[in-house]
Amino acid sequence: MASEVGVGAARVARRGGTGTGRTRRTRRSRSTAFSWAMAGPNTAVVALFLLLPLGWAVWLSFRDAGTFGPTRFTGLENYRRMFSDEVFWQAVVNTAVFTLATVPTSILLGLGLAVLLDSALPAQRVWRTVIYLPIVLSGLATALIGSLLFEQSIGIVNKLLAAVGVTGPDWQTDGAWAMASLVLVTVWVRVGFSMVIYLAGLQDVPRDLYEAARLDGAGAWQQFRQVTVPLVRPTTFFLVVLNVIYSFQVFDLVYAMTNGGPGFATTTLPFFAYQYGFEQRQQGYGSAIGLVLFLVVLAFTALQWRGQRGAVQGGA
Amino acid sequence: MAARDGVRPSRPPRVRLGLLARTVVAALAALVVFVPMYSMVVIAFSPRRDVFDRELRLLPSSWTTENFRELFADYPVWLWMGNSFTVAALTTVLTVALNLSAGYAFAKTRFRGDTLVFLLLLSTLMIPLQAVVIPQFRLVSELGIYGTFWAVILPGAASAFGIFLARQFMTAIPDELLEAARIDGAGELAIFFRIVLPLCRPLIAVLTLLTFMYHWNDFLWPLIALKERELYRLPVALGFLNGQYETNYGGVMAATLVSSIPMVVLFLLFQRSFVAGFARSGIR
Repeated sequence: MASEVGVGAARVARRGGTGTGRTRRTRRSRSTAFSWAMAGPNTAVVALFLLLPLGWAVWLSFRDAGTFGPTRFTGLENYRRMFSDEVFWQAVVNTAVFTLATVPTSILLGLGLAVLLDSALPAQRVWRTVIYLPIVLSGLATALIGSLLFEQSIGIVNKLLAAVGVTGPDWQTDGAWAMASLVLVTVWVRVGFSMVIYLAGLQDVPRDLYEAARLDGAGAWQQFRQVTVPLVRPTTFFLVVLNVIYSFQVFDLVYAMTNGGPGFATTTLPFFAYQYGFEQRQQGYGSAIGLVLFLVVLAFTALQWRGQRGAVQGGA
Repeated sequence: MAARDGVRPSRPPRVRLGLLARTVVAALAALVVFVPMYSMVVIAFSPRRDVFDRELRLLPSSWTTENFRELFADYPVWLWMGNSFTVAALTTVLTVALNLSAGYAFAKTRFRGDTLVFLLLLSTLMIPLQAVVIPQFRLVSELGIYGTFWAVILPGAASAFGIFLARQFMTAIPDELLEAARIDGAGELAIFFRIVLPLCRPLIAVLTLLTFMYHWNDFLWPLIALKERELYRLPVALGFLNGQYETNYGGVMAATLVSSIPMVVLFLLFQRSFVAGFARSGIR
């Protein structure tokens, strides 16, 4: 099994592909009733709780709807309102800024650490375990730890900075710094994840390539640039897609750490959609915002798919 | 690499220096990642005045369990933990059972429209929770299960990701094996339970761990679907406590620690399966 840990789903998908070939097909069970009895329940649950709600969200987005009670058809009113809502555009920008800041940082640091921890080191397992431990904490737990770290007057980060004679920034009252604190906490959690995936990807890089590069006189940096980086490209692609999708959906952290503020400086699209759906109780408008988020994820995935078709099939 | 370095009788000083430098960098990185978790533990065991102290403390001024005692005395923490466990365990059992059987159907049987249905299920992976959470809320209200554990468990079991993982894993099982069993007179169900499932142990371990972790940590949907304090699960309770305690970081960190311990223990016990699961799936 260890071998397929590699490029993750990609490899497994390819292997799966060969299984459906030629004569195999005829040997499979043909009992349709049995097949449906096996596949039906899961299909029904997904259809009921994911596909139906998606259609329902589209329906709601054209209506004026509170939490309970009747709804009223209002056509494109929710969308018109959204596009003229300044806070909506700020949420779009915030989501983009958050994504652009978190994705490359956590992926690059993850790759660096994976290469480092893939080499022979004393106590290697200890470093690895510590670095990926934050993955298992809940989003809420990381958010609360983040609040403890970045509280601007009594938080640990500013105390640390003060200890070396630096006045720490206003993490809570300055919008840009509030966003920075969200980014830092996110990177803290995701570095370990990227590292795990890269460590698996590195298992697939043939060791003799490094040997050959060394014989050609390549130094450590050149080996990294010329051998490692190109060969882990499918892993990088996989991580970019996943991380971007996660970043588009950031919610728990914003909810518990900054509550979208100060002002609307850290209001992201998912948080904005939640606020309208459940705090402002305007579920029609909330649905429209949620659908825009869906379209953004869909467009991004489609774009990546076209750009990398064949490289990582079944990646996300 | 390790082996080759090992055989070499004496390493040149440059290699040793490089090793030292790499070890230092690795240790520093681990330290930076560790500091936030360490701070959580220290503050949880610190008296309240430490938090407001201007100076930086590496250890509590005096170790105390008062934050934990207050937390457990003032709030039904055990109940919350029980709720978390019940909901996560039930959702996991249901999800894994549904995923395994569907995965088998898609990997090893053919029926009309199977590819289409499979692709349709896979496409739901791209739906962000926030896009469907409002109708899901309305749906559980219509079904009359709003505010009950079922409102969390049933939608939680709608997982396309597990079907995908199960199908890929089961496709690798040779058809000849199933055919041989069929010739020996085994029924379809017997083949699934006696031949396929025992071969799927690594898959089941990974699916179970990741699904359980996901539901133990899940926040947004339970926040919406459950309103009674007695039904809270730990992450939602954490959000609630954060509001109640205002700036009592000791109490909040004690609660955060309590909610994280079960996952950390599970992770340390089953590290290999977890890591394989992350690597294969990309779920968090």
